[in-house]
Amino acid sequence: MNEKKKNFVDGLRDGFPIGMGYFAVAFSLGFIARKAGLTPLEGYLASVLNHASAGEYGLYTSVAELATYAEVALITFIANARYLLMSCSLSQRFDPNAPFFHRLLVGFGITDEIFGVSIARPGYLSPEHFYGAMVISIPLWGLGNFLGIWLGNLLPGHITSALSVALYGMFIAIIIPPAKKEKVIAVAVFASFLFSYLATQTPYIKDLSAGTRTIILTVIISTVASLVKPVKESEINQMEEKE
Amino acid sequence: MTHNAIIYILVAALVSYIIRVLPLTLIRKPITNRFIMSFLYYVPYVTLSVMTFPSIIEATQCPIAGLAALLTSIAAALLGAGLFPVACVSCLTVLASEFLLGC
Repeated sequence: MNEKKKNFVDGLRDGFPIGMGYFAVAFSLGFIARKAGLTPLEGYLASVLNHASAGEYGLYTSVAELATYAEVALITFIANARYLLMSCSLSQRFDPNAPFFHRLLVGFGITDEIFGVSIARPGYLSPEHFYGAMVISIPLWGLGNFLGIWLGNLLPGHITSALSVALYGMFIAIIIPPAKKEKVIAVAVFASFLFSYLATQTPYIKDLSAGTRTIILTVIISTVASLVKPVKESEINQMEEKE
Repeated sequence: MTHNAIIYILVAALVSYIIRVLPLTLIRKPITNRFIMSFLYYVPYVTLSVMTFPSIIEATQCPIAGLAALLTSIAAALLGAGLFPVACVSCLTVLASEFLLGC
């Protein structure tokens, strides 16, 4: 019991900086939602239900273009397909004896950052840690979107500019520590930066949406890394067994 | 708007939820295939890296500010700073460099 409570509090602590980043990102996403004609409350609803930056970007631009519902479904699927991979990854870290409803709730909360902070912890995934991170960061996402739609472009450009990199700062804080320990991750990170940049410069590929490029590059680079440097048995055991 | 905004939102929400929850509920046993294990091991780092660059230099008013934020964030993370401190470092770097560069 006590450990569950501690994990939940840890989750709140880890979720707070994530929520600050979400607030900033959702705030700027609010400018796009505003152009699409959404009300602040609709933005809040879309954000707490989707909480996916690329997915919401796709949603808002589709609404602005009066796309069909099927198109919205497809764009959401493509923009968020990486969550399929993260969900697979989490399934491997789930305590097989944990009650089933945890899978339904944890699944709802998968975002790049919540996934990142929870997968970085040793042993079986703690649903309580996940919930702690969710309950603080997802409402902040919704609030950011609400205020972004409501206040529009009132913030000076420098502040928006500074706030908008918070999210990337967090990504970096997640990928650098393992890259420092494992040379192969460092190489994968560098290759990802390089090819991601090249993809934005290459004809045809640069015209794809950012979400689609992310999927293609993730699959290719992870496949190459897995073939060149398969994870050792000991590392696999480390991932499966509890600490 | 001729279409209903709420239906748009619910369609996107439903698709997002299905994507997130299907593998978690369908895969109940440990995967033993070494390739799949390796693939899943690399995916989170690769996908976060791909999303970080070059987006970070496109998010700021001038690209150099974003590049500076990338470098200071990596340095802070290498020195052992956590999520929130690194995020602050990146924001402050952008504020400072845009101020200094006047862009």
